[in-house]
Amino acid sequence: MEELQANLSSLTVSANILWVLIAGFLVFFMQAGFALVEVGFTRAKNVAHTMMMNMMVFCLGAIGYFICGFAFQFGAVNYTYGETAISATQASPAWAFSPITLGAWGDSLAQGLRFGEQWGIIGLSGFFLQGIQLSAAGIFAFFLFQMVFMDTAATIPTGSGAERIKFTGFIWMSLWVSMFIYPLVGNWVWGGGWLANLGRTVGLGNGVVDFAGSGVVHTTGGAVGLAIALVLGPRIGKFNKDGSANAIPGHNIPMGILGTIILFFGWFGFNPGSTLGIQGAFINLVSLAAVNTLIAGAAGGISAMFYMWFFGPVKKPDPSMSVNGVLAGLVAVTAPCAFISPWAAVVIGLVGGVLACLAAGWLEAWKIDDPVGAVPVHLFNGIWGVIAVGLFANGNPDTAAWNGIDTAVTGLLYGGGVGQLLAQLLEAGAIFITVFGLSYVVFRVLNGFGVMRSEPADEIIGLDIPEMGARGYWEGSHPNIRTML
Amino acid sequence: MTKKIEAFIREEKFEDVKKALSDIGIVGMNVVEVHGHGRQGGLTLAWRTGTYKVDMLPRFQLNIVLSDDNLEKTVETIRKSAYTGQVGDGLIFIYAVEDVIRIRTNERGREALTYEDDIDVRKAKQSSVNRSAK
Repeated sequence: MEELQANLSSLTVSANILWVLIAGFLVFFMQAGFALVEVGFTRAKNVAHTMMMNMMVFCLGAIGYFICGFAFQFGAVNYTYGETAISATQASPAWAFSPITLGAWGDSLAQGLRFGEQWGIIGLSGFFLQGIQLSAAGIFAFFLFQMVFMDTAATIPTGSGAERIKFTGFIWMSLWVSMFIYPLVGNWVWGGGWLANLGRTVGLGNGVVDFAGSGVVHTTGGAVGLAIALVLGPRIGKFNKDGSANAIPGHNIPMGILGTIILFFGWFGFNPGSTLGIQGAFINLVSLAAVNTLIAGAAGGISAMFYMWFFGPVKKPDPSMSVNGVLAGLVAVTAPCAFISPWAAVVIGLVGGVLACLAAGWLEAWKIDDPVGAVPVHLFNGIWGVIAVGLFANGNPDTAAWNGIDTAVTGLLYGGGVGQLLAQLLEAGAIFITVFGLSYVVFRVLNGFGVMRSEPADEIIGLDIPEMGARGYWEGSHPNIRTML
Repeated sequence: MTKKIEAFIREEKFEDVKKALSDIGIVGMNVVEVHGHGRQGGLTLAWRTGTYKVDMLPRFQLNIVLSDDNLEKTVETIRKSAYTGQVGDGLIFIYAVEDVIRIRTNERGREALTYEDDIDVRKAKQSSVNRSAK
């Protein structure tokens, strides 16, 4: 009988780990989606450079995350916080934020920097994945899953900086995101840090709740994107002396749309995979997250399409803005997806699609050049998604004990009061201010060393030849001419 | 007298024009891809939050050199087969040609323009049929 129990629980852990790995592979494939969207919405003379950024952001990020990113983000996730007393009547039990689905983690990943006992800031174990038993399959799967999430955040700013960033500057940016700034805020929300612990320390709902990362991934990526767009400045020819903006059309709408479809597909790993398991109640959350993801993406596409149709510059359903709307809906549902009912996913998606269109107009009015709409989609809708948890979380009993708080995650519209909403607002503020503020400073300094903005002449002829030494396309030229050059 | 037709037509109508010309026996021609605009000055297209002007639109330039007794029939055939009714159907220019030389055989003038079953051969066949019918 005991043997049967042991086998069953071992099989359960294996199933959880399998799910996490598969979901992680889907999220990896999103890199192809990002690459296609970015390249489709920018000019042909920059394709090799933009594609190379999207490939190498994964390679550089993977090694950077392996070296120290993972350790900073999750080095303390297995640390057990002691009991806290929020009030005379309310006590929070001792709690570790590590997943219960991925087997026993022993004492791995339990060291970090903290203020007092309850305010974790950054992890300090697991550098180079040291100190982890080779048989800890759950930890390795967890590393893979978290790495591809980090890569999603790291690739977002390559879109905002496209067509005028030096490849050297891009390398610095990738290392900055993968090795420090993403892990830092990621520790606060998912690594058992102070934002996750807010429920236990100051009684704000279940602490910061961000299921798959509207805050951790998308607000972070969008904030880095905003910083890079501001430091680099607009592309040559984007804005006129009188302040009016010129359209710089992308070169391949089919790539943009195909990229969006690939991203949508990968999102089915991104959101449902964040349960980190399928055992027991987790399978309910997996299914719910998948359906909410589907619905919000669809709603975002619809609202963006109709917005452009009725209010856009030529009153037609615009392909590139519509797919931005799809992505906006997906970004916005990423934090709430397991905590909301499907009707809320519709609302969140509809709002997200319109928000992306409006934000694109605002950026232009503020003279900020974002070639592919990364900031409207990821920053604005990342924040919307974070806030949406505080509004729409439906008190699903399957979410009880989230972040060590007995009650289920409940938002304002379901009688949860403003506690959760306040926690979410804190998350949005903390992430935006920290990521944008620090990134802006770092990029400004690097720009002072001349490694960020490309030379004007290079930007005009296209970055492919000066930066890559190779042209992406040779369309329309005779083979003999090609070799002569 | 030899004449040259430069016909600027829509790319999508090229197959129709080619077939119509081949039906009347005009088989010698070449095609160049060009970009241009007429009085309307191009198109205004949308990109995200704004619009941009495309001045030059893609067209095909058909070049045909022929003797001027076939000119009117050929021009009419091109005009009918390249027509869509939308603004931007194109223009036809006519030039006088000094001389024509076939590279392979060094034929000049009218002989350089002859092909198997071309428009002149068919006209000749037609008139001999008419003569024998009389």
